[in-house]
Amino acid sequence: MGSYIPNTKEEQLEMLREIGMQSFDDLYTDIPEAMRLAKPLDLPEGLSELEVSAALEELADKNRRYRHIFRGAGSYHHYIPAIVKQVTSKEEFVTAYTPYQAEISQGILQSVFEYQTMICELTGMDVSNASVYDGATAAAEAAAMCRDRKRGAVCVSATTDPKVLSVIKTYCFGSGAPLLILPEKDGRTDMAAWGAMDTKEIACLYVQTPNYYGILEDGDEIAAAVHESGAKLILGCNPIALGILKTPAEYGADVAVGEGQPLGLPMSFGGPYLGFMAASKDMMRKLPGRIVGQTVDADGRRGYVLTLQAREQHIRREKASSNICSNEALCAMTAAVYLSAMGARGLEKAATACMANAHYLLEGLLKAGFVRKYQGEFFHEFVTVCPGNAYELSEKLGEQGYLSGLPLNEREMLWCCTEMNTKQEIDTLLALVGEVIS
Amino acid sequence: MNCPENVRYSKSHEWVKMEGGTAVIGLTDFAQGELGDLVFVNLPEAGDTVVAGEAFGDVESVKAVSDVFSPVTGTVSEINEELLDHPELINDAPYEAWLIKVEEITDEEELLDAQEYAAHCESEKA
Repeated sequence: MGSYIPNTKEEQLEMLREIGMQSFDDLYTDIPEAMRLAKPLDLPEGLSELEVSAALEELADKNRRYRHIFRGAGSYHHYIPAIVKQVTSKEEFVTAYTPYQAEISQGILQSVFEYQTMICELTGMDVSNASVYDGATAAAEAAAMCRDRKRGAVCVSATTDPKVLSVIKTYCFGSGAPLLILPEKDGRTDMAAWGAMDTKEIACLYVQTPNYYGILEDGDEIAAAVHESGAKLILGCNPIALGILKTPAEYGADVAVGEGQPLGLPMSFGGPYLGFMAASKDMMRKLPGRIVGQTVDADGRRGYVLTLQAREQHIRREKASSNICSNEALCAMTAAVYLSAMGARGLEKAATACMANAHYLLEGLLKAGFVRKYQGEFFHEFVTVCPGNAYELSEKLGEQGYLSGLPLNEREMLWCCTEMNTKQEIDTLLALVGEVIS
Repeated sequence: MNCPENVRYSKSHEWVKMEGGTAVIGLTDFAQGELGDLVFVNLPEAGDTVVAGEAFGDVESVKAVSDVFSPVTGTVSEINEELLDHPELINDAPYEAWLIKVEEITDEEELLDAQEYAAHCESEKA
């Protein structure tokens, strides 16, 4: 394959001579002889583009791809309008990184500013950052935001996605913050348990809604209780669901976070994903990561900058509340293009379809002898107790090209529908399910 | 550089003036000059304990965030709320824009008078 470095050997030598060196080795004179590698790296010969393509395709063929997907659990199969890839694959945009000489990249900054604006519109919050790695990171960073000298403990609802909880655990371990789990009752956060806790030193409660079981939590009750105790509320939300549900701002959340993957990003085996973070005005200076601001230059023309940088650790150093110093620029842009293409009405339609399809599937499963575990309103996911073994059911459906809900254990399954599932598809799934369990 | 005689100074560039049993604390002219335009002030709450030599809050300028250290040990009785919306007052009038008032004082750091402080600043600049 060709080299990515455009400089010729002659140009390289010229550059070296310009700075008084004869060879690349001269650049390493500061490294003791004894520590330098004295032989070439043990790498095989390079392959041609054809050989590399073939090797990668063979690897990719090992993946099992399903045409019919009824599983979510944190990563969702939504339609990606063609224009999203069109825009995001433009050369000028295809770089994941935050520009170092930020203000020179006005185009990138503008795209991030627009993304931030859309996140604020979606969540109702006052300010958004330029994004973080994924929803789990966003949740952990939000918890760190809320901690202060007087309140250092973090509380997380047991109805949280276990993957998100594990990242929060890691952050708490790193910073020495006590982590408390608020128990669940019948599939929702048990606020009676909150009432029974000594909450004096709890900085925040993290609750996701819809929760891991798909159930919509009672945001009003939770917000009231949390604020009464003097703690902050972090709401983890689904961005598609926000097309029709009450916003975190309307619940009075202090921070709203979530996984932005449903906004035009493919599931791609776990990433790259997109963590969005939005906060109230009061929490603005605690928001980690990059924030793009809009201002005017000396001639009065509109321009974009990286703002509120004093929060970040390249200035605040060890006093910074976070060491994150990047964002998911390309993924954020993807979300912005997706939201622009869908518009508020399109998002509402997609969300409604998700909800309708899931409710239709549940109806069919109940008729087939499944029992719903946990009652209560849900968005597009729900848990059933299966008539037989859930793993076996999943295996059998998989053989037919249908990715079933996620088996949570031997008997329970977490199902999901999106706007991608048609009525016919659901009917076919139900027919197959009927065959398997008989 | 401005070093009024009627206050005492800490080596970390805070000034302290006693009003009866209450210590009034702020940032010196030298400090505000070094920091640049202040944009945000992070203060403790009334009732909080402060300890001589330990940070009780911080100030944020366009280029840096700096801890502010308490010259005394005691209990915060009042904070200057005006600074929350107008941190620039510290730049404009550093000896009028007090940050906190502290009562029930049980200890204090080694403090300097105006001449000693001026000399201290000279040596820091060198």
